[in-house]
Amino acid sequence: MKVGVLALQGAFARHGAVLTRLGATAVEVRTPEALAGVDALVIPGGESTTTSMLLEWSGLADPIGERLADGLPVLGTCAGMILLSTRILDGRQDQVALGAVDLDVRRNGYGRQIDSFEADLAVAGLDRPFHGVFIRAPVVERVGEGVEVLATIDGQPVLCRQGPTLVAAFHPELAEDDRIHREFLNRAFTGA
Amino acid sequence: MTDVSRTTGTRLVKRGLAEMLKGGVIMDVVTPDQARIAEDAGAVAVMALERVPADIRRDGGVARMSEPDMIEGIKAAVTIPVMAKVRIGHFAEAQILQSIGVDYIDESEVLTPADEAHHVDKWAFEVPFVCGATNLGEALRRIAEGACLIRSKGEAGTGNVIEAVRHLRSILGDIAKVTRADSAELFDWAKRLQAPLPLVQEIAETGELPVPLFCAGGLATPADASLVMQLGAQAVFVGSGIFKSEDPAPRARAIVEATTNYRDPAIVAKVSRGLGTPMVGLEMDDLETRLADRGW
Repeated sequence: MKVGVLALQGAFARHGAVLTRLGATAVEVRTPEALAGVDALVIPGGESTTTSMLLEWSGLADPIGERLADGLPVLGTCAGMILLSTRILDGRQDQVALGAVDLDVRRNGYGRQIDSFEADLAVAGLDRPFHGVFIRAPVVERVGEGVEVLATIDGQPVLCRQGPTLVAAFHPELAEDDRIHREFLNRAFTGA
Repeated sequence: MTDVSRTTGTRLVKRGLAEMLKGGVIMDVVTPDQARIAEDAGAVAVMALERVPADIRRDGGVARMSEPDMIEGIKAAVTIPVMAKVRIGHFAEAQILQSIGVDYIDESEVLTPADEAHHVDKWAFEVPFVCGATNLGEALRRIAEGACLIRSKGEAGTGNVIEAVRHLRSILGDIAKVTRADSAELFDWAKRLQAPLPLVQEIAETGELPVPLFCAGGLATPADASLVMQLGAQAVFVGSGIFKSEDPAPRARAIVEATTNYRDPAIVAKVSRGLGTPMVGLEMDDLETRLADRGW
């Protein structure tokens, strides 16, 4: 199980540590060559504008788009959720929207850093709440057909799945709780 | 579904933003136009200040927190996080920055210190703080005061990377030594570092600072960024190095690409071409003021 972690910028090392703990082989992806060898991909939190530019400059934007179209399992957290969505509000006009999950998301929709927060979330399929860490997090403003909402906060979706794509507005890699990564790997590699 | 209770200003949320900045470049800007150039070049955050360190060094006088209007202008110009500096110990400046919604506060030796004995009690704030350090003891004292991110100080406004390298090597070298010490020796390490014992014990166990470690002070080229990242910095601050160079926009982007691809010399070489003249550097022996000496 070779799982790529997009390592252009952001919390990629934290994701790598969780994946390794769960027995996967984590590979840092900064080039199209590194992408070619992975069986699943994680797009971490970070600054989505910066990551978007580095996706273009590194030549990764098109190959990632092609792999996603072929059904590559992908987990996106925070900035990763933004980049994987269909439409980005309050972003930059040139920002990459990979469209792997049919959502409209608003960048920094909960506000600035002073509004960043922690909250316990009820997650479909998990028996205990998951501790969500939200940092300048995106708000989902539209959910397309075929998107399954797995957790909400005050009615707003914060964890969504569409086919092989799983996206979170929060940071499971900071929570010291591997259940969301485990769920992602289980689906990616056993089709469970 | 019932309303979910939210907690703000926690240690995890404050340190978490620094996690998101890793692998990125934070750029000093003095105007909204510069902030836009920085964002267009891929900066992960901008640092708003009224003069870049090279000008503070040249013009002298007391350097203070920026005007709130100027910071508001920069906040309005970009979508990335906005940081701003306060004088060491000047908690009232920090209160102002928190009230206008700055994303990160830098209690910085680049400004003229306001208190010759005390740093700000950073636990009292919901906005996270970054502080500079020249060695491990200084870093741990700042963390004990509530800093959520440490930057090695370097010597700001010089375009000379030597001090950044010295401070980074000092901090990381002592962390490596602490991890090799036995439990009895840790008491002595705490004494020598003038740092709280529990933090020293934590480092012995984890092998790293409890908060991210970035690098600042004197970086001017893509190669400088690659150098400090290879030495162990987790992101870089670039101050005068961008807007005091001949052509800031391409240099800013090149430093961003070099920071991401710091281990790939072919990419660092490619992005280093055609950037024009870097800022003029200064020799340490020629400096009247060592900014890194400020802070206690």
